[in-house]
Amino acid sequence: MSVSPESFAHVCALVRRRSAIVLESGKEYLVDARLGPVAKDAGFASIDDLVAHVRRIEAGREHEELARSIVEAMTTTETSFFRDVHPFSILETKVLPELVQARARRRALRIWCAAASTGQEPFSVAMLLCEHFPQLASWDVRIFATDINRAVLDRARSGVFRQLEINRGLPVRMLVKYFDRRGLDWQIKPEIRRMVSFQELNLLERWPLFGRQDVVLMRNVLIYFDVPTKKQILGRVREVMAEDGVLFLGGTETTMNLEDSLVGERLAGPGVLFRAKGAAGRPGETKTG
Amino acid sequence: MRALVIDDSRAMRAILRKILRGIGVDVTEAEHGRAALDVLRGATTFELALIDWNMPEMDGLQVVKAIRADRRLDAMRIMMVTTETEMGQVVRAVEAGASEYLMKPFNAAAVVEKLAILGLLETE
Repeated sequence: MSVSPESFAHVCALVRRRSAIVLESGKEYLVDARLGPVAKDAGFASIDDLVAHVRRIEAGREHEELARSIVEAMTTTETSFFRDVHPFSILETKVLPELVQARARRRALRIWCAAASTGQEPFSVAMLLCEHFPQLASWDVRIFATDINRAVLDRARSGVFRQLEINRGLPVRMLVKYFDRRGLDWQIKPEIRRMVSFQELNLLERWPLFGRQDVVLMRNVLIYFDVPTKKQILGRVREVMAEDGVLFLGGTETTMNLEDSLVGERLAGPGVLFRAKGAAGRPGETKTG
Repeated sequence: MRALVIDDSRAMRAILRKILRGIGVDVTEAEHGRAALDVLRGATTFELALIDWNMPEMDGLQVVKAIRADRRLDAMRIMMVTTETEMGQVVRAVEAGASEYLMKPFNAAAVVEKLAILGLLETE
C-alpha cells in the first residue's frame, strides 16, 4: 500500500498541525507501514483513499476520528521497562534521595512522564519508588503519565504486557515481585497500577497537570519536533517544574540553545539531567505546589 | 566479556552467538549441561552463562544448581533463556541462583537490555 506524493504531503501537514511531529521526505515508508492498517480498519482500499476521504469530508465527527487515528498512528510508541538504565539509576541514587530530603516536611512528590506510551516508563518509576523508597508509601506521591495516543493509554491503564514486552528491560526480581501471570500475558499488580494516573495530553495544547512537577521525564519526544516547537515546549516545561525540580530528556536531546533557564548537569556516570538555572545541585523546599 | 551459551538447539545457539558477538562478547558454546560444567571448571573464566531449561541428560535448572554449588563460579552471572514462562518456573530458577531470565522468543534488544541489567554492558 504505497502512498502518493500528494497524500504524503497532506498527511505531513495534518500530523504537523495537530502534533508538531515533523515527517520529512523520505519517511513515505513510515506512512505506508503505519497508515496501511488504519486505512484497512476504516474500510478503505488504500491510504490514498483514506486521505482523500478525510480531505473531502473536511470537518465533523468522522473527520475528527479519522484525522486523530492518522496522527496517533504516526506517533512512535517504542518503549521498554527501565529504558536506557541510567536515568533510573540517577533517579534512585541522586534525584530521589535529594527530593525525599527536600520534601520531608510537605511529604508530597509529583512526577510527570510526558510520553508514557504503553506505560513501561511510569510503571518503572513506580516500581523503583516501591523498591528503594518504602517510606514514600505514606506520602502523597503522584505519577502522571500522559500521551497523545489514546490507544496506547488504554493499554497502559490495563497494566497488561505481552511476553515480548516483559522481556525488554525488566529485571527478573521485579517481574516476580510486581507482576501476575494473566493467560499468555502479564499484569502489573494493582498497588503499582494505582500509583500512576494516565491521561491524554497533546503537548501543543493545554497541560492538565496538578501542581508543580518535581521530576519531569520527557524522553525521546523533542526529537520529533522543529526548533520553535522544542523551544515552546521546553519553556512550558520550565513553568510547570518545581524550582528544584529536574528534567530528563532522551540521550540525544538537550535544552542548549533552546531554553536557557534549564541547565544540563553532567554526572559522574552516563546521562545528563536538567535543572532550573540557579537551582543546580541545591534542592530546597519549594513554596508552590 | 566472555559468555557460555548452553543450549541443545544448534539454531538457538547460533542466534545467541550472533547477537552476543555483535556487541563484542566472546562466545563459547555447549550443547548440554555436562559439557558446560566441564568447560566452566576449566581454565577459562566466564562472566555470563546463558542456560536453556529443557535439555537432555541434565536440565538447565540442574546446571544452575551445580554452578551455584561451586564457589569458584560465584561471580558468574546466570541467565536462563527458555520457553518456560510460568511464574512458578521463573521463581524456581531465581531461587536456584539464576541472575536473570529471558523468555523465548526474544529479540536482540532484549538480550542487550538484560546484559545491561546484569551490569555487563554500559548503556548510553
